Amino acid sequence: MSEIKKFLYLNRRAPYGTIYAWESLEVVLIGAAFDQEVSLVFVDDGVYELVKKQNPAGIDMKNFSPTYRTLGDYGVRHMYVDKASLESRGLTQDDLVEVAWEDWETEEEVDNIVEVIDADKVSEIMDESDVLFSF
Amino acid sequence: MSDLHTVNKSPFEKDSFDSCLRFSTAGAAILLIEDGVYAVLKGTAAEGKVTSALGDKKIYVLGPDLNARGFGEDRIIDGVEVVDYAGFVDLVETNDKVQAWL
Amino acid sequence: MKLSVQVNEGPYQHQASDSAYHFTKAALEKGHEVFRVFFYHDGVYNSTRLTTPPQDDRNVVNRWAELAEKYDLDMVVCVAAAQRRGIVDDGEAQRNGKDATNIHPKFRISGLGQLIEAAIQSERLVVFGD
Repeated sequence: MSEIKKFLYLNRRAPYGTIYAWESLEVVLIGAAFDQEVSLVFVDDGVYELVKKQNPAGIDMKNFSPTYRTLGDYGVRHMYVDKASLESRGLTQDDLVEVAWEDWETEEEVDNIVEVIDADKVSEIMDESDVLFSF
Repeated sequence: MSDLHTVNKSPFEKDSFDSCLRFSTAGAAILLIEDGVYAVLKGTAAEGKVTSALGDKKIYVLGPDLNARGFGEDRIIDGVEVVDYAGFVDLVETNDKVQAWL
Repeated sequence: MKLSVQVNEGPYQHQASDSAYHFTKAALEKGHEVFRVFFYHDGVYNSTRLTTPPQDDRNVVNRWAELAEKYDLDMVVCVAAAQRRGIVDDGEAQRNGKDATNIHPKFRISGLGQLIEAAIQSERLVVFGD
């Protein structure tokens, strides 16, 4: 088996106005079967994807936001959110969903893998990844 | 080693170029393609950002996209290098990976 | 270098498919290996055989097909994205009760796993979109 790669999914789009947010999530879900080291990073309008209490019933679109809360079960260990993107949009971490994670083997648990980080840390994470997916 | 960042949208249309500049690190290579080429023309509101970035990053522009839009090498900021598609391929090869800012 | 390419937009609407094509062609001409070209989002529209672009303009679909023919390129269209957008091959027509197919034979419909596999197996993934 070849070495495990660090996958980083770059999310920069708001949900519902375009399909990129949802279809990129579908890649993450399928990717779980491949056992790579997966992180997501939310930057610019991508931070809106994680906003709580989404309710698209009135626009007759599928509410896919509950899927984010299950990502801990799909091999995602880190969901990074760019602080400046949040702040310039008047949001705080309180506006965002919480995503739990558990390692089934070691039983290590993390209450919330959504982590607000600064630009330098975002850059570092991007640099360290082996593959970066853009949608 | 360094990454190659591609930017395909005009800096006056979207924030992709700004985000690319914000998150790319020293030593990175940035390639402007498609509408992204407008970022490296002399005399625009984005010129300062480009000149500043040239301090620690390498900036390239895809010649065919520049010419398509009516501009030649004489109109681009000093220090920006023009490449063709073969040069684009070389940049992909000589950098660690590609980050696309769409 | 062994690389894969991802195309996120359809023909003509955005330049993404054109840029991806010229890049892929240049890579192949330089002797690099292109493991896969994966079409996602509206990129799946690059695989319809039913386009009739104006005679004096490039034929985006045929151009990809000719490149695939010349270099034995694996061009994969995501099944979920294809189903949403109505890109249909024989298998999909049968499974989903459609009365027609429209996919160009040089493309094949398959799952998102093909993109993940491409990312794992290739040294570089280059994404073209909007």
